[in-house]
Amino acid sequence: MSFSWIDSYWPLLLTGAWQTVALLVISVGFGFLLAIGIAFAQVSGGPVTRLLARGYCTFFRGTPLLIQLWLLYYGVGSLLPLIPGLRQSLFWPILREGFFFAAVSFTLNYAAYEAEVLRGALLAVPKGELEAGRAFGMSPLRLVRRIWLPRAIRIALPTIAGEVVMQLKATPLAFTVTVMDLYAVATKVRQDTLLVYEPLLVVTLFYLVITAFIAGLFRLVERQVPMRR
Amino acid sequence: MATAQQGILDLLSPVPPGWGGVLLSGAASTLAISAGAFLIGLVLGTGGALGKLSGIRPLGLILEVYTTAIRAVPELILIVGLYYAGMDGLNRLLALAGLPAFELNGFAVAIAVLGFVQGAYMTEVLRGAILAIPIGQIEAAKAFGMGPRLRFRRVVLPALLPNALPGLANLWMSIMKDSALVAVVGYQELALATRLAAASTKHYFLFFMASALIYLALTLVSNALFTLMERRVRRGQPKPAGHLAP
Repeated sequence: MSFSWIDSYWPLLLTGAWQTVALLVISVGFGFLLAIGIAFAQVSGGPVTRLLARGYCTFFRGTPLLIQLWLLYYGVGSLLPLIPGLRQSLFWPILREGFFFAAVSFTLNYAAYEAEVLRGALLAVPKGELEAGRAFGMSPLRLVRRIWLPRAIRIALPTIAGEVVMQLKATPLAFTVTVMDLYAVATKVRQDTLLVYEPLLVVTLFYLVITAFIAGLFRLVERQVPMRR
Repeated sequence: MATAQQGILDLLSPVPPGWGGVLLSGAASTLAISAGAFLIGLVLGTGGALGKLSGIRPLGLILEVYTTAIRAVPELILIVGLYYAGMDGLNRLLALAGLPAFELNGFAVAIAVLGFVQGAYMTEVLRGAILAIPIGQIEAAKAFGMGPRLRFRRVVLPALLPNALPGLANLWMSIMKDSALVAVVGYQELALATRLAAASTKHYFLFFMASALIYLALTLVSNALFTLMERRVRRGQPKPAGHLAP
């Protein structure tokens, strides 16, 4: 075991950690917003929206994330330049990066899993509380904002914490589309120094620290809103 | 346009000018890897669950480290790390025994590694399922004078299956999707076969979409099979109360 390479690689490790965290925050943040929409579409949408939302969840939960990522990066990525004017546009520098495709596919994937969790939680909110809200004359939107959604999120919190950790563990896939995340740094160190296990161990440590941080964060949030059982 | 469309879809035909055959054989090896890993995981998981519940302290501690470590580390890192460590370790053992080093085939290593990872998750699923069996049933079996093995076969196993099947179904779905990660270490299953086909024909979207649909079909069929199986092992059980029924 030799760890002398850390001296010259720690700036790269930190950038890698930053990329990993950025991917995680982007996909969880946007994915959660998307998931709220999909969950409500399934719970209270019409037959068509319900079917679309179900199809979305089935597709993204039924296929490997790696395939989704490659479908987006190689498949959609190869079709994008065909759109006239896009190559000259302001967004092209972002649109050609692997990071963009990784962020989008992780977001879509996370939204599908999270929507299922939220759907269950929305259905688990006691009916009486919603009826009480309606009896107070709340409009449907206000009912969702003040009672239905907050209660559902509180119910789902422990599951959401698990989902976020799962999402963290999915982020190393981004290295297959040229994103320089933590795992990609480990691969680079392996190529440069021919050490296999040491970089993987160090990177694993990083992931464990991030996991511990997520778990702690959610414990804190859960304690803010105690639930009566 | 119609003829051009026809030309593109011809790429998916199963005979050699098309790449359908490559995709299908990739799908077959994906299924084989998943099934192998699932079985190894099942054996490890049963052993792990019984070990954890046996009350032997050092054994419980070792198993706790196994399940926690495996479940905390990203699958990709585990697979890459164990893939090299497994090959390396085996060759060192062979060298110790004075035998020549040999190149293990990727298929066996993929199954072993995924099975080892799967075993950690199985341990937890099966442990939970065993704990959910009413203790009275096991005590009754003991009172009848059944030995541990007969007790496991006749009482514990049939009683744990309904509890464990949903979890096992989840694990089967996730192993099928995780087996795509083996592509990263270079073993040709469906994901890598797709990438190959896409790269040589430049029809990336078509091929990745096709393989996504193959995975989806595999998942949906498995889902249906597991539903049937669960209905079978739950026969004779009371139906859940009305408001919980789907």
